[in-house]
Amino acid sequence: MSGAGEEAVSMPAADRVGAQAAQWVQRRQFWNWSEADQRELDVWLDEAMGHRIAYWRMAAAFERTERLVVLRSSTEESVLHLRKKWFRRAWMTAIAVAAVVLTGAAAFELSSGTQERIYATALGEHETITLADGSQMELNTDTLVRVSANAQRRIVSLVKGEAYFTVRHDAMRPFIVVAGERRLTDIGTKFLVRRDADRLAVAVMEGRVKLDALNIQAQSPATILGTGDVAIATADRLSVTKKPARELIGELGWRRGLLVFQHTTLGEAANEFNRYNAEKLVVVDTKTASLQINGTFRENDVEAFTGAVQDVFGLQVRNMGGEIVISR
Amino acid sequence: MAETPENRRENANWRSSDAMSVSDLELWFVREVLPLEAELMQFLTHNWRNKSDIADLRQDVYEHVCEAARKQIPDQARAFVFRVARNLLINRVRREHVIPIEAVADMEALGIAIDAPGPERNVIARDELRRLQAALELLPPRCREAFVLGRLNGLAGHEIAARMGVTPGVVSRHLASSLYMLADILYGDRTDIGKSS
Repeated sequence: MSGAGEEAVSMPAADRVGAQAAQWVQRRQFWNWSEADQRELDVWLDEAMGHRIAYWRMAAAFERTERLVVLRSSTEESVLHLRKKWFRRAWMTAIAVAAVVLTGAAAFELSSGTQERIYATALGEHETITLADGSQMELNTDTLVRVSANAQRRIVSLVKGEAYFTVRHDAMRPFIVVAGERRLTDIGTKFLVRRDADRLAVAVMEGRVKLDALNIQAQSPATILGTGDVAIATADRLSVTKKPARELIGELGWRRGLLVFQHTTLGEAANEFNRYNAEKLVVVDTKTASLQINGTFRENDVEAFTGAVQDVFGLQVRNMGGEIVISR
Repeated sequence: MAETPENRRENANWRSSDAMSVSDLELWFVREVLPLEAELMQFLTHNWRNKSDIADLRQDVYEHVCEAARKQIPDQARAFVFRVARNLLINRVRREHVIPIEAVADMEALGIAIDAPGPERNVIARDELRRLQAALELLPPRCREAFVLGRLNGLAGHEIAARMGVTPGVVSRHLASSLYMLADILYGDRTDIGKSS
């Protein structure tokens, strides 16, 4: 048997930070972890963005090996041996299920220890997810959310994309949606949240939602949104308007695979289609882009849209290397 | 990671103007950037002669990418990461005295590759399990033993030490080395490490 220290791997000096991060992660996972240890780690993480990134990478590698847990066997004797077969069978079922889920809207667990889950949809996909408490969220195309829940609260972090929430209200356990620096707390509700790169849109279909900033120092007062309210928030501004029910229903067309345009400009409509389809629409000039259209289309039926554009406005539509160019 | 309490994740240095919170940035980084690591390493290795710089370059790319992403999430993670990598290499070439001609030439040609779609990233569960097993196989035996006892069989550090008949310090080193190598294998797609060392 080889001596213990022999296999210590030599780390390139350039990646000392990586080696330190690996050390931190193993310390945290396999040894007693006190509050003092946590503080020490926090100090190290705060020292440099590079520390944080290296730590994320190591922690992610550690999390990824979670799947191996079901394979416990070859090195383990006695008790586990008896359960091996059962484990294997359970795992094969788990794989079968996971394979189905992954091809649809990738849902996987970050860790078995906490109630945290990630849900994602690819371009053009939808997925309806029922959470443990009975609340539902419907994810639109290209969306990424993280759900974490404990006894005090339910938190959904909308990292990107759009989701429609039907919340089972629980006064003792608020349902909170976090999107960037903004926070939404339900007060018995159905609401839609869409997060784009530079703005957040919230539409309340039913009930009330409280909208405020995550950071208390931001000193922005909380806004209560009621049924029919649509709030648009950018980094420095918030506007709230009331919309008629008919228009709000249009906003939810995607739940049935539909894009509903009401006095929508051609440019905006093209952008909407582009959210769902790999083949992108490009409207060449601003004058064309500002033409207004009405209508309902299947979100993946770009041809129906371009056909209508040709017929109604007499515009040219050309396919140019993966892009569909609309021009006069 | 996951069991990190929410309150710890919010870093005091984070500015309210940032587009992403610390935990969002972590999620984005792990999901959209880390899966590109194999490609990124290939790119860096092809375009930089001094192989001992590569890990350092990778870290540099990640830092630039994350600094930019916390202000605004890039639409196309892949295109963005490779643009950053390319600019970084160009800047380094400028700083060095000797200009590696082929490196510059390669970078000119790179413009095309950057915007092409990446390989299919949706690994199905079965492949992922196989991949993890293969990664374990690459670890040196003692490292693997420590990691398997800890991760698969759920033993704590001191229990692993007792089982393997070594000191806790040695177990720590084995576990840290295992993680370090696993990250390189799983994300960087490296198969040349472990066994030889």
